[in-house]
Amino acid sequence: MSETPETLFEKIWKSHLVMPESTDTPAILYVDLHLIHEVTSPQAFGVLKSRGLKVRRPNLTTATVDHSIPTTPPNVDGSRVFADEMAKAQVEKLEANCREHGIAFHGQGSPTQGIVHVIGPELGLTQPGCVVVCGDSHTATHGAFGALAFGIGTSEVGHVLATQCLLQRRPKTMRVNVDGKLSAGVGAKDIILAIIQKLGFGGGTGFVLEYTGQAIRDLSMEGRMTVCNMSIEAGARAGLISPDETTFAYLKGRPHSPSGKAWDEAIEKWKRLATEEGARFDAEVHVDVSALAPMLTFGTNPSQSIAISENIPSPEKLVGADRETLAKALDYMGLKAGKPIAGQKIDVVFIGSCTNSRISDLREAAQVFKGRKVADSVRALVVPGSEAVKKQAEAEGLDFIFKAAGAQWREPGCSMCIAMNGDQLSPGQYAVSTSNRNFEGRQGKGGRTFLASPLTAAAAAISGKLVDPRLLK
Amino acid sequence: MNHIQSRTVVLPQRNIDTDQIIPARFLKVTDKVGLGKNVFCDWRYLPDGKPNPEFILNQAAAADAHILVAGDNFGCGSSREHAPWALVDFGFKAIVSTSIADIFRNNALKNGLLPIVVSPEIHAELLGAPGANLEIRLDEQVLIFPSGKRVSFEIDRFSRHCLMNGVDELGFLLGCEPHISAFEARRA
Ligand code: SF4
Repeated sequence: MSETPETLFEKIWKSHLVMPESTDTPAILYVDLHLIHEVTSPQAFGVLKSRGLKVRRPNLTTATVDHSIPTTPPNVDGSRVFADEMAKAQVEKLEANCREHGIAFHGQGSPTQGIVHVIGPELGLTQPGCVVVCGDSHTATHGAFGALAFGIGTSEVGHVLATQCLLQRRPKTMRVNVDGKLSAGVGAKDIILAIIQKLGFGGGTGFVLEYTGQAIRDLSMEGRMTVCNMSIEAGARAGLISPDETTFAYLKGRPHSPSGKAWDEAIEKWKRLATEEGARFDAEVHVDVSALAPMLTFGTNPSQSIAISENIPSPEKLVGADRETLAKALDYMGLKAGKPIAGQKIDVVFIGSCTNSRISDLREAAQVFKGRKVADSVRALVVPGSEAVKKQAEAEGLDFIFKAAGAQWREPGCSMCIAMNGDQLSPGQYAVSTSNRNFEGRQGKGGRTFLASPLTAAAAAISGKLVDPRLLK
Repeated sequence: MNHIQSRTVVLPQRNIDTDQIIPARFLKVTDKVGLGKNVFCDWRYLPDGKPNPEFILNQAAAADAHILVAGDNFGCGSSREHAPWALVDFGFKAIVSTSIADIFRNNALKNGLLPIVVSPEIHAELLGAPGANLEIRLDEQVLIFPSGKRVSFEIDRFSRHCLMNGVDELGFLLGCEPHISAFEARRA
């Protein structure tokens, strides 16, 4: 134990300082794991090329394709039908860049391809105490392992490729205590929606959040990833969780996890990472989840959420900009203030994304689909987060359950979370989505999104409307 | 970059996310060229593809405007640097709001787009006077109103140094190579 009790964040920050910050210059922070994908990397490689630079540590960068790839099955010859030529060119560009610079590339068709935030942990690349970055705002997902993981822009992707370092000002820290025991039918997604509602959409700006408390300890690694994944939706730079036995059990035996003697040494090191008793945070909040019900967003940002049993809030009760913001959201969503959210008709259900596309998410959804049928008016898509998740789900027969219910079983990718690959809503359609963003047009121009857990999404697919999954007949 | 003088364009909505600034379907590019024509695409164009005359960026008032005054929490959401690329390509040189999302701010600073955070009072004043002729002086860190009123703003010292002297951050980092090598040697 150090003299002054330290937080997990402080320990990681300190151990990665190439140079400390001063008033004149930011800190130089060393990066252990750099994940890249097709959308935010091409211009960074372009900068390297134009300046005649090499990738400094190709073995610390890992690439996959996820955003713009098709999730429909391949043609008989193994080729894929891309949404357009640009999407295809972007994917090919990444492959060529990786080949040129000697970077591991997990392309479509490879058994290790998947959404960047799903494969990092799956492969054991994400480890406690690491600094993990990616040109993607949901990089905080990896914080579930006690890593400092955050999203960066494309210029910074170039900085990391060329120097393995980033210029960073030290963020503030906030402890988010999640107390209580969840009731059945309520899960990690409901927890994080409740936290974002409490912090507000920009309430975490400038902070790294550390999630603690009984409800967090009780979560599986998949659940913890769901929570950390959405930290950015409160504006936070990152979100993390002190590693514990659950973390170590998940990592044991993964392809890139240490093994043998190195494993024992790693565990000893990782055990010393957890935030110490009495460590100071710049801010602290408490959320009690013992009475939490399934949550849903009703608006156009992830903080606009309510429990399934509640009524849509009324702008009349607010003033000024708050009133306008809510009124504008309800107008876009075509929802009436004061009405119950339950019973709202829906057109599409999307189960997938880096928030909820892991095996436990699919098992939860399958529980609901089993022996039931998707409502005639609903199009349901189940998109596994990675090839490994897909394979596991198929080994368990989950794909049969989805298909028998009338849902589409897809290839891994981001799909309708970002609607770049042709999987998208039509204007005016309502979707229940297990993804992380309900922004205007996020799932297709004019589309309207209710964010929810896999259980709630599956229940909506069966019912054709928003329902409490605990009450499904 | 030191001095910006321009009329303001006002977009008072809160929480303008980077998906609104540049929708994901325009992210399939492998360069940065020409993104400005699609900035705020879904607000700017009607379903038939014609410019929406009601939207401020399609009005004469927006022509040659370099300063965007926007509602709270501007640039939230996705980390796409395409957002500042598109805004800069359209002609913006500064964004003024009460709060600006972290990743967007970082990205903006790397592209010569100045993120300026002001108090709610000053913000209200700017929202209430769209088209006001504003002057921004980075060396003095002040906004100068048409009335001559001066309002100071904070900006990271290093970022200001880079913007004013055209220092590029990658060049700076590359210059720190000996420290990076020493760090790697220490850890090995
Ligand atoms: S699933 Fe959605 S949020 Fe996650 S990385 Fe893909 S596009 Fe981004």
